Amino acid sequence: MGAITVLVLFPLLAAFAVLLVKEDDVRNKIVRVSAGITAALTLVVVCLFFQKGIAYSYRWETGIDLVMAVVEVVLAAYIITIGIRYKNYAISVLSFLQTAAILCFELTAKSQIEVENAIVFDKLTAIMVVIVGVVGSLICIYAVGYMKTYHIHHTEYEDRKGFFFAVLFLFLSAMFGIVLSNQLTWMYFCWELTTFCSFLLIGYTKTKEARNNSFRALFINLLGGAAFAAGIIIIGMSRHTLELSVFTAQKPDAYLMIPVFLLSLAALTKSAQLPFSSWLLGAMVAPTPTSALLHSATMVKAGVYLIIRLAPLLGASPVGKTITLVGGVTFLACSFMAISQSDAKKILAYSTLANLGLIVICASVGTEESIWAAILLIIFHAVSKSLLFISVGSAEHQIGNRNVENMDLLLGISRKLALCMMIGIAGMFLAPFGMLISKWVAMKAFIDSNNILIVIILAYGSAATLFYWTKWMGKLVSKVNMRQQSENEFHLDEEIPITILACLVVVSCFTFPIVSKYALIPYLNEVFLRRASMPIGAGDIKLMLYMLSMLIILPISFIPVYKNDKRRRVPIYMAGENTGDNETFYGACGTKRQVELHNWYMDSYFGTKRLSFFSDILSFVILIWGVILLIGGIAS
Amino acid sequence: MNLNVVKKSPWILHYDGTSCNGCDIEVLACLTPLYDVERFGIINTGNPKHADILLITGSVNEQNIPVVKQLYEQMPEPKAVVAVGICATSGGIFAECYNVAGGVDKVIPVDVYVPGCAARPESIIDGVVKALDILAEKKKAMPKKRIGEK
Amino acid sequence: MMSVLRIIGIIILAPVVGGLLTGIDRVITARMQGRQGPPVLQPFYDVLKLMQKESIEVNSMHRFFVYVSMVFAVFTTVIMLSGGDILLAIFALTLGSVFFVLGGYASNSPYNTIGSERELLQIMAYEPMVLLTCIGLYYAEKSFFIKDIVMADKPSILYLPGVFIGLVFVLTFKLRKSPFDLSMSHHGHQEIVKGITTEYSGKDLAVIEVTHWYEVIISLSLVYVFFATSAPGSHVVAAIVCLGVYLFEIIVDNCAARLKWQHALNSAWIVTGVMGTVNLVILSFFMK
Repeated sequence: MGAITVLVLFPLLAAFAVLLVKEDDVRNKIVRVSAGITAALTLVVVCLFFQKGIAYSYRWETGIDLVMAVVEVVLAAYIITIGIRYKNYAISVLSFLQTAAILCFELTAKSQIEVENAIVFDKLTAIMVVIVGVVGSLICIYAVGYMKTYHIHHTEYEDRKGFFFAVLFLFLSAMFGIVLSNQLTWMYFCWELTTFCSFLLIGYTKTKEARNNSFRALFINLLGGAAFAAGIIIIGMSRHTLELSVFTAQKPDAYLMIPVFLLSLAALTKSAQLPFSSWLLGAMVAPTPTSALLHSATMVKAGVYLIIRLAPLLGASPVGKTITLVGGVTFLACSFMAISQSDAKKILAYSTLANLGLIVICASVGTEESIWAAILLIIFHAVSKSLLFISVGSAEHQIGNRNVENMDLLLGISRKLALCMMIGIAGMFLAPFGMLISKWVAMKAFIDSNNILIVIILAYGSAATLFYWTKWMGKLVSKVNMRQQSENEFHLDEEIPITILACLVVVSCFTFPIVSKYALIPYLNEVFLRRASMPIGAGDIKLMLYMLSMLIILPISFIPVYKNDKRRRVPIYMAGENTGDNETFYGACGTKRQVELHNWYMDSYFGTKRLSFFSDILSFVILIWGVILLIGGIAS
Repeated sequence: MNLNVVKKSPWILHYDGTSCNGCDIEVLACLTPLYDVERFGIINTGNPKHADILLITGSVNEQNIPVVKQLYEQMPEPKAVVAVGICATSGGIFAECYNVAGGVDKVIPVDVYVPGCAARPESIIDGVVKALDILAEKKKAMPKKRIGEK
Repeated sequence: MMSVLRIIGIIILAPVVGGLLTGIDRVITARMQGRQGPPVLQPFYDVLKLMQKESIEVNSMHRFFVYVSMVFAVFTTVIMLSGGDILLAIFALTLGSVFFVLGGYASNSPYNTIGSERELLQIMAYEPMVLLTCIGLYYAEKSFFIKDIVMADKPSILYLPGVFIGLVFVLTFKLRKSPFDLSMSHHGHQEIVKGITTEYSGKDLAVIEVTHWYEVIISLSLVYVFFATSAPGSHVVAAIVCLGVYLFEIIVDNCAARLKWQHALNSAWIVTGVMGTVNLVILSFFMK
């Protein structure tokens, strides 16, 4: 109990410490040490409570509520002010409405509601805490190295590193709060806090673009926040409970579906599903650690986490079907749109959207198998995607930009970085790696639950996924002769987290049967009140592990073969005379001509303009349809 | 067995130098149903990396000397060169031109010379079949010499 | 012990059969063009010759990928022919194909790279249908394991005629036949030289060729599972259908010219969408 409190409060403390210290070196040390301690605390908490789980309340609950209310009012005041200052009145209105509503509710109706367990720590919480704690603290360490180079590159931006690190830690604290609290108002408070952190971090550079994007993020997330607040108030008024676990254990009926729909809507905005996805794409203007931490590994996972919690109520209900379809549209459209991107961060953003869509589908289908797949997807996606984000950040500093077309230089500049990036990419879509295992089970789950449409979406989306990852990987393996020197130092602060995450990607694939046995299956047993079993047979898992071992052993075994087998090396065939450097050939009149190799982007097929327009409309229509079904359900 | 296999699947790269395209056309005629060189396992690859036999029609000139050399270099051992037609053999009627270097053997070692202006498909096939024996011999000599390490 | 022998048998026999089929393919193609054609064993001569040739390279990386690609093709063949999980087999096969594509990129040669891009496009074009085939089989027979599917009472084709047509359509990609042989073709001269294999020679090229034999077997075994049942006679029928499909692909190969990539992608995805989807949706009504 004490350990959990410390886990939530420690990052907060670190945030203040970082904010107060002005000395660069000292601050960096504090960040590193605090991140280390956060990771250690995470492991301690998980070790303590993993087996038994824990659920409890604080005695001084009213005090905590009061503090939260005060902070909420201050935040709302701040948001309303900047909304007015930058003439973004929608934000002010939204913020005012939801804060006022929640405050009214807390002051009046809430006092009659008894909260038994404000904090619940079960197997799912444990998994989320590990992801947030371990991945989050690794990214904080990475940020130290990254921001150093960032401000050398971008002298035009004001150096606000202290503020940056402080917000990162504040965010970690809020994130722990979301996954640990069972009391909805606390969860809502942390939810708003992450929105606010994300707003601050996106606007870090203070450019016009950054400001606009941060306001968009704030607006959309406030929209979700408003839905969340409305959901809480309805739950509190009609069901007289504020506990998520109590709420999800109720028998679903037509009226219950309204708050479920509202909470799902909040989750969809947080997880940036269509039509609310534009904020995540805009968030890519922020420094890379932000994207890695908030927009791939943790914050967007809060949304899908909530949907997984709601899963028992969703299932085959109209709301469940609606959410599933929205996830399906997002998955398919974003997988397609990723093909047309050449900016590495944009590709990652679209792929994040797509994968979140997949997790949303899995969670909202709500069968044992599909939730199994959803949780595994969260784990694998967090690890692989944060690895990819931070290695793209480092690659940007090494080669000067983050265009995938230029990444063929990376192998020459930093072999290790290129290798880590390849591991990350492989983790995202290749066979024995994590994401594919989950996709496989997801596919099985969808057929078993008769969701033919979703299966077909998955088949097409997977093919598109394969295309854009492989062409990126192709750029990474192509060997360009040019010997370009790295522009910047590859800090140890960047190298260590990248290496650890790369190892984690591989380790998580080897250990997923263990995770499944000791965490997922017990969790599913609890939720579904019957014996769940592993969706993949033991024989298949063995074969998967063989494949994975092969992938590790083959490159190593190739080295001795290669050493003994020196071959004659000849120039590349160019159907004209190769000048000998494999880069140029003699054209007409003996002039040297450069060979340029580009990837395919197929803009006429997968261009974002048309696709995003239609998919936004489609998902919007689906949501409206969901509302109609909801009303129809009540009317009947 | 070993020797036989090398002879049973000769893949060809066809290069046309300075010529009137007469021999060039005749080479292609060999692929037609009438002559059907695929009977002998012969394939026109169009890619030096896959080829065993370099079939050159026409003479070499100052412009294409490096090209021919590079094509020859890009072929894996064992390899044979067949000069098809009188131009490839000695420069033919182009021999006196200011820009023509002469026959192919001025640039790379030629194994078989096929006569004719233009060379008839029958004789081209005959030349390739002759080159097969040379290929087999080169194959036999290969492990000792480790050709290719210059 | 038996299973080890069986696996070794599969590893050795599959390419032999695959090679023979390729040889027959070349003879039939020649006859269709009014030629006599090479001996049936010609593919074996080619590969043996390539093994004896010098292997040259353009850099140290690119040959590694074709070897890995072959390992996974063999792995897939073993899984499929020993009755394993069909979806896992397809994933392994895709992994092999991805490595093959990466090999093309690794050489950094214009022809290889464009071949790789097209190969990748082809994978994207046929992948949904192949996945839907596995899913359809699972949906009809309630098992991903080939050994269960081929022991069913009724052949899967009865449930999945649309999926079968779609599969035969996309097998044209996998067998590298016109009109969908964009990345490399069996036929000689073409605009991208030898596409994705341009920079390979000697042993590496032999490996690619043998990998293709394995892939022929994998493709045909996908056809096989549609017809095989617990009745012994059905296996004969299944084998005959496999040969028929192969013959059909050869005929298509000789009748069609290569299509543009747009047409390849469109047609494959539309056929998948229509044949696969409609079949599965109808099936889902019966399954309820």
